[in-house]
Amino acid sequence: MGIRGGSSDTPMTDEPAVPTDWQSCRIVEIAERTPSIKSFFLHLRVPFVHQAGQHVDVRLVAPNGYTAMRSYSIASSPSSSDIIELAIERLADGEVSPFFHDIARSGDEIELRGPLGGHFVWPTDTAHPVLLVGAGSGLVPLMAMVRQRRDVGRSVPIALLLSSRTWHDVLFRDELLATEVSLPDFALAFALTREPARRAADYSRRIDVAMVADVVGRLPTPPGNVLVCGSTAFVEVAADGALAAGLNATSIKTERYGGA
Amino acid sequence: MVTRGFTGKQPGQDRSDRVPPGQHLVDDFPVLATGPAPRVEPEEWKFILKIGPRPVKKWGWSDFNALPQTRMTRDIHCVTSWSKLNTAWEGVLVDDILADAGLGAPTEFVLAHCYDGYSTNMPLADLAGGRAMVALKYDGRSLPREHGGPARLLVPHLYFWKSAKWVNGLQFTARDERGFWELRGYHIYGDPWREQRYTND
Repeated sequence: MGIRGGSSDTPMTDEPAVPTDWQSCRIVEIAERTPSIKSFFLHLRVPFVHQAGQHVDVRLVAPNGYTAMRSYSIASSPSSSDIIELAIERLADGEVSPFFHDIARSGDEIELRGPLGGHFVWPTDTAHPVLLVGAGSGLVPLMAMVRQRRDVGRSVPIALLLSSRTWHDVLFRDELLATEVSLPDFALAFALTREPARRAADYSRRIDVAMVADVVGRLPTPPGNVLVCGSTAFVEVAADGALAAGLNATSIKTERYGGA
Repeated sequence: MVTRGFTGKQPGQDRSDRVPPGQHLVDDFPVLATGPAPRVEPEEWKFILKIGPRPVKKWGWSDFNALPQTRMTRDIHCVTSWSKLNTAWEGVLVDDILADAGLGAPTEFVLAHCYDGYSTNMPLADLAGGRAMVALKYDGRSLPREHGGPARLLVPHLYFWKSAKWVNGLQFTARDERGFWELRGYHIYGDPWREQRYTND
């Protein structure tokens, strides 16, 4: 294989995307989502419109000037107001996520910049169904897409395969179940890795190639875009599953969670 | 602006001079990629050097492995804010690739290209002078697929998105042509010590 002139999805533009500058945002609400994940609602002083799937960088500053920076995906739909939702998982050995879970409270000011990342986003091609595959808090950028799809009401069929440890660890579970009822062309499948499935549409095992093929089969036609977000091992299996189901590698976008 | 109640896990004095601003140390080796990791068998692997559109030299796996092998232990810094100290690599210096092709500095800028369609750009000065290599081994072993195997670029003094995985060629360009992330809001140069994460930083 020779050298290509550039990635096939590289936009032909001379001007790169420019993110906004740092701004201070107020935490207006904190909601417990699962035993390990809380949502933080932040009021943007300088509002922006993001694309579903994009993230923000958050910066915390200690009294001596030491700073810690992390990227968090935006869970809210782009059609929302000047308040964005971040859903943050508490990582035991972490530096920033324990601060959010244990110390941050409503009224606190947090510095952030965004929206960032122009690759792992809701596709502009909505002529074909979209397959979303996520694990744990890897649902967050995919949730922004589900919410956008629900709020905007375009008729592109979507399927979401979401892996979680238990029923209680399923992030945004009730909202997803309600969305499945209200959106006829939204196929929802939970894969529970540490307890039996509760619904006929769900799985009681870790993700595998056959599971991905099974969920692809619930869409009316093969997906034109696949977005996968989770741990490295999860993403590899999900991407291999999509490839084994006959989908094109260039239609598969991945985002991996790491860091604390 | 100080964040109420935040002190953080600040690196000890002995390490603080090795951790750029806004970065934190990790012991594991996180994996980031824009899509599925390509499967490239060494026997089908190719590496091509180009000046603009013109191919200058092409290597297969065995020719490339016959080039002088160099070891390099470096700290690496990902724009997503993790840094990892003392990573041990082995591969072919870009200087040795150019020497084998009989090339000096045809232009000042380079685009690296990859099997998955990814690309990234940098000045030649950042690849030459023993600063960068095409790495074939990590920690004494063949480079794992998820870390870019069979071969990845290693430009350790720039943010790690410049160290392109699954690299299959270098292309000299007349201008500093933006690569994949550079077109999507990331900094054209990417010096971690100047915190050049995004365009205009």
